[in-house]
Amino acid sequence: MTSLSTTGLLDVESIKADFPILSRTVRDGRKLVYLDSGATSQKPRQVLDAERAFYEQHNAAVHRGAHQLAEEATDAYESARQRIAAFVGAPASELVFTRNATESINLVAYAFSNATDKARQGVALPEATKRFVIGPGDEVLVTEMEHHANLVPWQELCLKTGATLRWLGLSDEGRLDLDALSSLLTERTKVVSVVHQSNILGTVNPVQEIARAAHAVGALVLVDACQSVPHMPLNVNELGADLVAWSGHKMLGPTGIGCLWGRAEVLDSMPPFLTGGSMIETVFMEGSTYAPPPQRFEAGVPMAAQAIGLAAAVDYLQAVGMPAIAAHEHALTQAAVASLVAIPGVRIIGPATTIDRGSALSFVVDGVHPHDVGQILDSLGIAVRVGHHCAWPVCRRYGVPATTRATFYLYNGLDDVIALTEGVHEVRRFWGVS
Amino acid sequence: MQVESLYQEIILDHYKRPHGRGLREPFNTEVHHVNPTCGDEITLRVLISGFGDDMVVEDVSYESQGCSISQASASVMFDLVAGETVDDALRAQEEFLHVMHSRGEAEPDEEILGDAVAFQGVAKYPARVKCALLGWMALKDAVAQAATAHEEDLD
Repeated sequence: MTSLSTTGLLDVESIKADFPILSRTVRDGRKLVYLDSGATSQKPRQVLDAERAFYEQHNAAVHRGAHQLAEEATDAYESARQRIAAFVGAPASELVFTRNATESINLVAYAFSNATDKARQGVALPEATKRFVIGPGDEVLVTEMEHHANLVPWQELCLKTGATLRWLGLSDEGRLDLDALSSLLTERTKVVSVVHQSNILGTVNPVQEIARAAHAVGALVLVDACQSVPHMPLNVNELGADLVAWSGHKMLGPTGIGCLWGRAEVLDSMPPFLTGGSMIETVFMEGSTYAPPPQRFEAGVPMAAQAIGLAAAVDYLQAVGMPAIAAHEHALTQAAVASLVAIPGVRIIGPATTIDRGSALSFVVDGVHPHDVGQILDSLGIAVRVGHHCAWPVCRRYGVPATTRATFYLYNGLDDVIALTEGVHEVRRFWGVS
Repeated sequence: MQVESLYQEIILDHYKRPHGRGLREPFNTEVHHVNPTCGDEITLRVLISGFGDDMVVEDVSYESQGCSISQASASVMFDLVAGETVDDALRAQEEFLHVMHSRGEAEPDEEILGDAVAFQGVAKYPARVKCALLGWMALKDAVAQAATAHEEDLD
């Protein structure tokens, strides 16, 4: 499929040939320069073919029925689970399919909320489930660089239970203020939920160090890995967390599928989130018992085609090689940082180095609102994200209303970095700030 | 460049030199609106006088932060509605809303919209329509509140 060249870069042209959308033009025949993979990645033909083959040959409701198609669909779905779990170094039994990472995180927040509700009603809970009961005096710890998906569910949980939300602040360089960690982590901390790679700053956080400290006070650790699983080799056992959430569509997979990995004993101790068909063990009019994980967390007919598409995406990423992808993105990010900081009036929001940072590269152009930056880039065929990137507190922290963000993936090349750089020059010319 | 149909000279002029900007006293109502997709914000005040068909928008004053489209749109809006009757101001608001939601198909009424016809090109960029509407939606909200409060004062 591809190989690493001596520059550390992938053979982008052969990769691009697998992505039909990357050969289209936009805005009056401009070549598409897609730098918005942080929002969603494009899909290779292999993923599209896998979904089509499933629908054309094997489609049936998974985990229901005993006819041949039902068997084939169930096998395909469970094989997908096994391959995706193996991609992050986990057994299939520890991988829950969700709709997206937002749902994965909510599933965990609701485990707390639902366990707490039941305890208040006097429902007898298994000993291991009691750690999910929280209330006034208990604390939830996040960071100031969380995506709204890893902030708002915890705000809601705290509102419902009376627990207190605390957060690690940020340094001017876009790093976590780890000095505050020891004072923020106490025996009151019940859960620590932290992003691995910030979607807006690009910062890669020392999750292992945070998890170690959190475990020392007995807190549960959830990691939002939406921007790391697609971009770097990741083994959940080495990460040190109890739970890891990510989405499929940012890693060449379809929309509508997300993942939640959980250590077996942690998943086993969590009450269900969505309830209904598939997630039960026995059902009587008086009450029901629930299936073991991962089925306990997969109510309703599952998104089989999406899981199969995501497994094909994982196959694709593995064939290219995650270390090679990480090295490729690192080289592009290095080139982009160097090019952007050399432009007068351009400021990077986040680490202006390539140490412990991924390819999500936010910047502001002095005197030009990010929307107006993005519009000029769009007119040149360059797709970037503008706005607060669902991380509004980060924008406030750095005193900007929004940023322009470029993100690089395996199908981007140095020509895309050059296009971005020339585009930013054009932005400055158009708005008269050069 | 096609983008010049979006960034018309009139829009760029209003962006660089906005009219009516700054929060002024007196006022009946102050509202604060945000565009949740991009974080743009406007604080807008209106002062109403008279009653019935003669109710007049005496002043519209605002502070805002945002992109060129949202800033220019608020400036053009100030020119169009300050000193006009509430009915005329709301008619302009409705016409502007109509044009913005037309995907560029509607022929704007220049009698009603004046300089704001320049925003017709914005309607072809769905992601920017909310930018253009930020000030206008704040105006509609503020005028409705102010008119109600003002009528109660008269009672």
